Amino acid sequence: MPVSNDKAFFIDPGRCIGCQACVQACTECDTHKGQSMIQLDFIDPLNSPQTGPVVCMHCTSPTCAEVCPADAIKITDDGVVQTARKPRCIACNHCVLACPFGVPKMHTQMNLMMKCDMCYDRTSVDLKPMCASVCPSQALFYGTWDELEKLRPRSRPVNSFQFGRQVIHTRVQMMIPKDEPVGHVDVTAAMHQSTIGHNIFEDILLENMLLEETS
Amino acid sequence: MTPQDPDRLTVPPDGQPHSEQPRWRQDFPIEWAQDAYISRRDFTRFMVLTSLAFVVGQFAILFQNFLRRLGQPPRQEIAGIDELPPGGTRVFHYPDPRTPCILVRLGESAFVAYEQQCTHLACPVIPRPETGHLHCPCHEGLFDLFTGRPLAGPPRRPLARVRLELQGSKIYAVGVEEALA
Repeated sequence: MPVSNDKAFFIDPGRCIGCQACVQACTECDTHKGQSMIQLDFIDPLNSPQTGPVVCMHCTSPTCAEVCPADAIKITDDGVVQTARKPRCIACNHCVLACPFGVPKMHTQMNLMMKCDMCYDRTSVDLKPMCASVCPSQALFYGTWDELEKLRPRSRPVNSFQFGRQVIHTRVQMMIPKDEPVGHVDVTAAMHQSTIGHNIFEDILLENMLLEETS
Repeated sequence: MTPQDPDRLTVPPDGQPHSEQPRWRQDFPIEWAQDAYISRRDFTRFMVLTSLAFVVGQFAILFQNFLRRLGQPPRQEIAGIDELPPGGTRVFHYPDPRTPCILVRLGESAFVAYEQQCTHLACPVIPRPETGHLHCPCHEGLFDLFTGRPLAGPPRRPLARVRLELQGSKIYAVGVEEALA
C-alpha cells in the first residue's frame, strides 16, 4: 500500500527543543537494526543551543539515487526515496557525499548505506513515522495539509531548496514564517549569513559588566 | 519508455524529458516500478540473443571437435619388445605428456595399452596381469585387461584404448580409440 498523498511530512526547525526523542524513537525501529536515521544538528553550536532534526527530504529528483553506481536507491510511486537495497549496495559512499542535506549514513560494519525512508513500514499503513509520533513540540509533524493550516497559522511550508545552482524539490515540507517573501530556501547563501543567536561569551561578558556597574 | 510515462516521477538533473536522456539513464531508472519493468521487446531480444549464443556455442564445440580429429595422432615409441617380460607393465604418457597410459604385455607378441585414468573419477588404475584385470583402488572398480570393459564397481564406460603398432623390435603408440559407452 503506498503512502497517502493527502498527508505530508512537515519539519519546523524553529520548534525543535533538542530533546533527542526523535533520535531515540528512530533507533527503536526494527527495519534499520537499531541505528538512528535521524541526526539532531546544532545549527550554530558556538552561539546558540538551537537544534534542528535532519530527516530525509525525499527529493523528487534524488541526487543520492542519481549518483548511485549500483542502482541501489529507488523511489517508489508515492515519492518516497527508499533506503539502499541490501543486495545492490556496494558501500561506495557516493550517496553520502552527494546528498546536499547530508542524510545518507554509511554503516561500514554492514557494508550498507541506510537512510530515513519516512518509516515506510508505518506510513504505508497510515501511521505516523516514529519521530513525528514522539516529537513533543511537533517540530516533526506528519499529517494532512488542513491539520497543518489550523495548527500553524503563522507559518507556511516550502519544499524547494537551492544549493548553488542546483534547485531541489522535496516531498518533505519545511516550515518558514508566513510573511517571508522567499519562494525557496537558499541553503548555501545562508551559510554566509550572520548567526541566528548571540555569542554566549559576549552575553557573559556583558552580564559581568552590568553587574560591575550596578555594584 | 515514452516521455509521457505516468510511472516517471523523477526529473533528470538537466531538466530534459526522459526520452532525451542518455541510454544509461534510461537503462538504470530511479523509479521502483521502472526498475522492475521489462518491456516485451527487451525480453524478446534477451531470449533471441541468448538462444543465438547457445547455437553459436554448439557450433564452436562441433568445429573444435572436427579440428581435433583432423590432426594425425602422434606416433610415439614406447618400449622395445625385449624390455618387457610377458605379464610386465610400463607407464608412459600419450598423446600428451599429461595423460598417463599403461602398457601390458599379455603374451609373446600380444600387447595392450590403456589410458590409466579410471572412467569413474579418474583415479589411476593398477594392472593385475595375473588375474586379467585392471583394478581401481579408489572405489574397487574392475576392468577387463584384454578389452578394457568395466566388470565391477562404479565405472560404466570402458577405458580408452591406445592403438599399438609393432615394428621390428619396438612398440609404438599410434592413436587412442575413443571410449564409446
